[in-house]
Amino acid sequence: MKFAVVVFPGSNSDMDAYYAASQVLGADAVLVWHKDTDLGGADSVILPGGFAHGDYLRTGAIARFSPIMSAVRAFADRGGPVLGICNGFQVLLESGMLPGAMVRNREIKFVSRHVAVRVEQTDTPFTAACSSGQVLRLPIAHGEGNYFAEPDVLQGLESNRQVIFRYVDTAGQPTSEGNPNGSINNIAGICNQQRNVVGLMPHPERACEPSLGSADGRAVLASVARALAMAGGPRG
Amino acid sequence: MRARVYVTLKPSVFDPQGRVVADALSSLGYDDVQDVRQGKFFDLELSDTDPAAAKARVTEMADRLLANPVIESYRVEVLG
Repeated sequence: MKFAVVVFPGSNSDMDAYYAASQVLGADAVLVWHKDTDLGGADSVILPGGFAHGDYLRTGAIARFSPIMSAVRAFADRGGPVLGICNGFQVLLESGMLPGAMVRNREIKFVSRHVAVRVEQTDTPFTAACSSGQVLRLPIAHGEGNYFAEPDVLQGLESNRQVIFRYVDTAGQPTSEGNPNGSINNIAGICNQQRNVVGLMPHPERACEPSLGSADGRAVLASVARALAMAGGPRG
Repeated sequence: MRARVYVTLKPSVFDPQGRVVADALSSLGYDDVQDVRQGKFFDLELSDTDPAAAKARVTEMADRLLANPVIESYRVEVLG
């Protein structure tokens, strides 16, 4: 089991993801510079959080032109599991690998705190080790995490069960109170139609050990190993 | 030849920054402000000399990069 963590200029969660994969999960992990053109034989790719290319123009807008993104897209097209975390999610949206877009948080504030996130679907490579309806305590840290999609796109996401994570309140319900940024339908994470590309705003890689305040994120990353084993081993 | 591209959030997309600016204007006593939408513009210096060709090209640039058509709309002006 080998993870590739893509490093853009401005990534700041790359080492968190690398640490979680290599030290917490005990998997092989490799950091891949954005100007590289191959993923080093990885079985799964992580686009980490941060401010890729300074988030100039729009969050994630320039990162999609990084040379490595062609390899990431080809890997995803072959069914390879790709996870975009926070800024990595924004990159997947800007590159068209996931539908919708991000706008500024409802309260115009950068929000950095732990939130409750409910697992909506378990048939993706990043939720296979979770149980449906499980509530994870994960940190968020973003200024533009207010997910938006046009009504027809949103309807498609819901009917295809592509909403993977939803922000919930203390009672586990997706209310306005439990919504930290104004995301439509309390969406915290989605997948593509093929279900192998997942993006989420919360940071599972920063919540993999009790000493960090929560170890709930571990299940998200550990899911990949389970999903690959179920699919018949690593893809190479 | 110069062109200017105005980019704003689509009317269907809530503009949190515009709302805050509207509230701030209201605090200053400008009670006649009904709504504010914040946007941005890009000034492009072009080597093109034909205004129609320039407009078509800049429109393509706006669609492919300067705006995100999922949430933003844009308007292109060729300034000559």
